[in-house]
Amino acid sequence: MSELPLITLMVFLPLIGGLLLIFVGDADEAGRARVRAISMAFALLTLAVSAAVYAGFRENFAGMQFVERAEWIPRFGISYYVGLDGISLPLILLTTILTPIVLLYSWGEVEKRVRLFQMALLFLETGMLGVFVSLDFFLFYVFWEGMLIPMYLIIGVWGGPRRIYAAVKFFLYTMAGSVLMLVAILWLYFETGAETFDILVHLDKPVHYALQGWLFAAFALSFAIKVPIFPFHTWLPDAHVEAPTAGSVILAGVMLKMGTYGLMRLAMPLFPTAARDFAPLFMTLAVIGIVYGALVAMVQDDIKKLVAYSSVSHLGFVVLGLFSFNLLGASGGVLQMVNHGISTGALFLIVGMIYSRRHTRLISDFGGIARVMPVFAVFFVITSFSSIGLPGLNGFVGEFTILAGAFDRSPFFAVVAASGVVLAAVYMLWMLQRVLFGGDPSPANLGLRDLGVREWCVLAPLIALMFGLGLYPKPILNKIEPSAKAWVEQVNRRVLHVKPPPEPRLARAPAPVFVEARSLKAVRP
Amino acid sequence: MMNTILFILLLPVAGVLVNLLFGWRRGEKFAGRVAAGVMALAFAASIAGFFQLLGLPAEERLIRSDLFEWIAVGDFRVNAAFMLDPLSSVMTLIITGVGALIHVYSIGYMHGDRGAVRYFIYLNLFVFFMLTLVLGSNFLVLFVGWEGVGLCSYLLIGFWFERPAASEAGKKAFIVNRIGDLCFLIAMFMLIGIFGTLDFGEILQAAPAKLVAGGGAVTVICLLLFAGAAGKSAQIPLFVWLPDAMEGPTPVSALIHAATMVTAGVYLMARAYFLFDLSPIAMNVVAVVGAATLLVAASIAMVQTDIKRVLAYSTVSQLGYMVMAIGVGAYSAAIFHLLTHSFFKALLFMGAGSVIHALDGEQDMNRMGGLSAALPSTSATCAIAAFAIAGVFPLAGFFSKDAILFAAMTSNRGGIGFWLAGAVGALMTAFYIFRMLFKTFYGRCNLSIEQQNRLHESPGVMTRPLKVLAVLSFAGGWVGIPIFAGANLLDGFLAPVFGGGGEAHHEVIFELMMMAVSFAIAVLGIYMAYNVFVLSSRGASAYAERWPGFYRLVFNKYYIDEAYDFLIIQPIRRLSVRLWKDFDDGLVDATVNGAGGFVRLIGSAARQLQTGYVKSYAVMMLAGALVVAFYLTAGAK
Repeated sequence: MSELPLITLMVFLPLIGGLLLIFVGDADEAGRARVRAISMAFALLTLAVSAAVYAGFRENFAGMQFVERAEWIPRFGISYYVGLDGISLPLILLTTILTPIVLLYSWGEVEKRVRLFQMALLFLETGMLGVFVSLDFFLFYVFWEGMLIPMYLIIGVWGGPRRIYAAVKFFLYTMAGSVLMLVAILWLYFETGAETFDILVHLDKPVHYALQGWLFAAFALSFAIKVPIFPFHTWLPDAHVEAPTAGSVILAGVMLKMGTYGLMRLAMPLFPTAARDFAPLFMTLAVIGIVYGALVAMVQDDIKKLVAYSSVSHLGFVVLGLFSFNLLGASGGVLQMVNHGISTGALFLIVGMIYSRRHTRLISDFGGIARVMPVFAVFFVITSFSSIGLPGLNGFVGEFTILAGAFDRSPFFAVVAASGVVLAAVYMLWMLQRVLFGGDPSPANLGLRDLGVREWCVLAPLIALMFGLGLYPKPILNKIEPSAKAWVEQVNRRVLHVKPPPEPRLARAPAPVFVEARSLKAVRP
Repeated sequence: MMNTILFILLLPVAGVLVNLLFGWRRGEKFAGRVAAGVMALAFAASIAGFFQLLGLPAEERLIRSDLFEWIAVGDFRVNAAFMLDPLSSVMTLIITGVGALIHVYSIGYMHGDRGAVRYFIYLNLFVFFMLTLVLGSNFLVLFVGWEGVGLCSYLLIGFWFERPAASEAGKKAFIVNRIGDLCFLIAMFMLIGIFGTLDFGEILQAAPAKLVAGGGAVTVICLLLFAGAAGKSAQIPLFVWLPDAMEGPTPVSALIHAATMVTAGVYLMARAYFLFDLSPIAMNVVAVVGAATLLVAASIAMVQTDIKRVLAYSTVSQLGYMVMAIGVGAYSAAIFHLLTHSFFKALLFMGAGSVIHALDGEQDMNRMGGLSAALPSTSATCAIAAFAIAGVFPLAGFFSKDAILFAAMTSNRGGIGFWLAGAVGALMTAFYIFRMLFKTFYGRCNLSIEQQNRLHESPGVMTRPLKVLAVLSFAGGWVGIPIFAGANLLDGFLAPVFGGGGEAHHEVIFELMMMAVSFAIAVLGIYMAYNVFVLSSRGASAYAERWPGFYRLVFNKYYIDEAYDFLIIQPIRRLSVRLWKDFDDGLVDATVNGAGGFVRLIGSAARQLQTGYVKSYAVMMLAGALVVAFYLTAGAK
């Protein structure tokens, strides 16, 4: 069983499915149905493989599992090197679950260039999964960049009226970050003398204290744009508003986590000292993001934009958890990445459902529609409360552990962040009030039909996950925990001199070992 | 043995599930019967639990039930764990007992409402969360119930969601409560930091060792917990949501906003008494806020004209009594008043509901009057409740209020000031409740002819619960009759929870004198109301004209809502718009767009794209790959 290259299978199944579609025409209705069926089949197959990975995942084990390694370009120390641990597994499952859901949602929604659309989504899945499993910088970078293309197309071709502006803005923002990361990767390759792209090797040997700052900044900036961390967030509302529903779901659900995952997997453990030095800055930005995103979300009049800004707020919690440098914060951070994917993914689907009926997303165009769409209203309310962080639903467990971890590190930041809990209730409930309740539906809304079977099937699994993770998070938490524990040790470790600083001209160089001692803060004995 | 707890908890859940699956098809009658049926069973289970506790030796009266590990990260572990001790047993009896009566009453009240099935689902769900709140054996499980009842309160206040005022009130209730919840959360983080656990028993054990009595940490924790309690139990400054919550169906007001949920804050502080005991400063704050709340709310209740609003402010005021009792360390007196209040206030609300039902939704007392003839059961039961809340011997309210006043005077944390606040409050209570009674049921009838013709007493399914509650309002206080110089029944039962604090010994004569004084106050208040609203022809208008400014101030509830709107809500909204328009769209995007001709870049790239984006992107990628490859090759050499 474990002989099967499960990860490779999982990552490349969608790609194969996408390539197969080239040979299937989508000119007529039957062809389109075939295209959709094939892509759905491959997405489900991928989900099945990821389920097998989940089932075979070794608990109480912190390291990489299901590792596969093959030489690729030995001359440059590049290899096809993949594996996963408790940090990447939840995100992988999130990806393999959201993709078929999005495909199912688009089944009746996207009629324009169906084949290309399905291909883009499948290629995107391969790209995303690839990023989560790569243990080689080169491979990581290939997937990282490769993922951008389909998303760029999804926004640019199937998006709203200002889609070109949004797509290019999205592309340039993330591209700017990627270039910095590329430079830093190359520097690591050449200047450390390791001459390998093996991520694990580099993780074992952090570079000298004096040099960490710049490298960390390059990586962190690239990921900060992706998250996005305040003030790099302005591409997000544009991208979301213009993207088609499927794009928004994947963008918010999975792609934003590339940023936090990158911080967690690469930027912080590669340069732990610098990460700790920068922690106050990142905690500040995270907290600003939480409050700022919530405040701006509150005054939006477009539902989709409101949800987009709420993402800025929610991702701030994740960043806060990571930069708490303790087990509660890190585990909560990973869990919250998944929670946000489920809740916000569902919210975007809900917004899409209402948009496709009324062709407007303005809050003021609605009101009282709970009466004409009661089932829709139930789903909407549950999802909103999941996003607000009501105990018993998924959002609470993540937020609570993050805040408890952050409080241990810095009560001030935790308290300010916790005010986001109040603000989240304000903007979500005010929106619900104006969309679902508070009056009789206007004539234009009287004829809205309630959810159909397909839409029901799209939302039901996500709602089930909200309850499941809220009431019994153990099956995921106990897989996260060992890896998160190892990660906490990694980012808290003292600096190691891999290579002495090239020149002693840096005045701060001799000090590091002593500077470090204060940063060591265990969770609690 | 442990199954009793599970039964109590899961019966309402069963009701929710059955109604979710079959209720929609089978209709409101079915749904109502299921909902009320599971409540009756839950009450039976609560009684069974009570007797199980009684069967144990006093010091061992605690039944635990750990279901599963809920959140576990490192050393921080929280179980989905429940416990039944005397305190939670009293609470479950109130919740399921009074709750069952209100469910039965609802069958009549909600008859014909197209959302009746939804209503019963919410109501059962509420009871489940309320039971979770009082049965949880750690702060986090309590918090689950705490937030859950908040959710149900939100759903039930906004039950008639087509009414803008209803959905607005639901939202307001949830948000104001969230402010308190935020403080509750922070208190939990501090507890985690100090104790590494949130379990009541473990914290109780470790508290003396890990907390300095009177120290800063415990004071902050207690003040934060109190802020949480002030949200749920509608204390100053967070009480503004409760009067608006009257937009919900009246049985909801009886169940959630009188008998059960709003007492959760009092319960929380009683549950965490071992922390409050360590902080005299926090205790004093609690007592002062409770006293202030009871006075402010009682004064507003004296001038409201909407029958439900009078009761809402009355509830705020009575909660103030309970909070003050906690503040002076009289925990079991607070729970005693919580118990009796749940009887007579639920009765008053349901009586008001019966009136509103009879008048097709009329709530203005100025348009009522003289209803006692047409509504004999309602008016008689309401009169009993009014005597009870006014504190007339030997009804329920007399004993519980007397217990609080006595403690306020004699406790080492009390003082004459607290007693005075309670006494003045008692006078106002007697006045406003009899004002309500006289204006509604007696005197001249101000109904339209049409209304008079349709006037009818409520059906038996509604009046029977009223009668049961009337009996309880009359006799329910007898569980707490002071057996002089010793503890009463309720005190004795609760003693193992609160560590059986040995109250100071007092002369029987002194205790009797105190009782006589509080009885006299009640009679005086009733006489004043009788004088103004029955004997005088002009009612209260003479007083309103004599002090117009003061009257308007009180009538408009001291303009607190307006002040919040002006000082907090509007500035935040303006700031948010500024942030969005000026910072996001203005500063950041303008900088990005301006710097390096981003706009032109986008423009030209976009034009490229429109001519054949896939191709040009492929070219770009290829170029990028070549650069990388070149760099690698060059660098490797």
